[in-house]
Amino acid sequence: MKEIILNQLNASLPNIQVETSEFKDELTIQVQKKDIVEVCKVLKNDSELKFIHCIDVTAIDWARRKDRFTVVYHLFSLKNKFQLVVKADVDESDCNIDTVSSVWRSANWHEREVYDMYGITFNFHPDLRRMYMPEEFEYHPLRKDFPVLGIPGSLPLPKK
Amino acid sequence: MGLEAKLTQDGFLTTKIDALLAWSRKSSVWPMPMGISCCAIEMMAVGGPKYDIARFGSEVMRFTPRQCDLMIVAGTVTYKMSHVVKKIYDQMPDPKWVIAMGACTSSGGMYRSYPVVQGIDQFLPVDIYLAGCPPRPDNLLNALIQIQEKIGRTKGRDFQNKPLSELNVIQNN
Repeated sequence: MKEIILNQLNASLPNIQVETSEFKDELTIQVQKKDIVEVCKVLKNDSELKFIHCIDVTAIDWARRKDRFTVVYHLFSLKNKFQLVVKADVDESDCNIDTVSSVWRSANWHEREVYDMYGITFNFHPDLRRMYMPEEFEYHPLRKDFPVLGIPGSLPLPKK
Repeated sequence: MGLEAKLTQDGFLTTKIDALLAWSRKSSVWPMPMGISCCAIEMMAVGGPKYDIARFGSEVMRFTPRQCDLMIVAGTVTYKMSHVVKKIYDQMPDPKWVIAMGACTSSGGMYRSYPVVQGIDQFLPVDIYLAGCPPRPDNLLNALIQIQEKIGRTKGRDFQNKPLSELNVIQNN
């Protein structure tokens, strides 16, 4: 399956860099963040691959690494019964990545959740609002520098 | 049995108005089931035939706060939800009482993290804190009995011509 995916990607997009890794029989491909929409379009629309199910979009905060965040896409191909992980690094100084909600509509809410929890902006997203936290909340709770108990006074309580 | 036996004779009894008021108040506490998460399942069990809250006169769970005396906050209250809980509490007519059912409501419980209010007494006057995660149905009945005892100790004048803020102080005693 790995060969098919790489062949199809190379055939459609010859100029992109793709790194692969495998862990516990799960294939991961690492792409550059500028290529993410093109790669996702191929993965979804190619007749051999057909990754039509976007299971989840999430992110990792590496805290002290140079590229601080990794955005992770979990995809599933019903045709091949194969699960694929796509990763793209995002740095804190340029904390944005293009949206894939034009490819999979279900990515819309997943990306809103990542925006809410990690503060990564998704360019061209149709409706980038917070998912869980109140709209006026200023922090991003799943970042490693956010204290578990929150920042006192940042969430309003009703008057007693 | 109760009253009927006494009424067979001359048809009157003597009591204090305060006692009669408190007795009637405590014998028909109408709960507002503020079921937010898993504790609500135990609250439903209390409403069912096995534990049967009707034995204590509280079977009328009203889903409009305007008809309720007792709010059973059953479940984890997040900061976002706290405004809703408070709004519903404010709609209940005085006098009113609150049970904080379970560990989450009383202290945040196992959710010691940023979105969960660490105890609803930060924004509500709580009368009974109920231990357990979730509490057994018997435990909720025990809380109701304690609320009834508390209501039984009230006097009519406790609620007369008092501003709301003072009323809350009385209820918290």
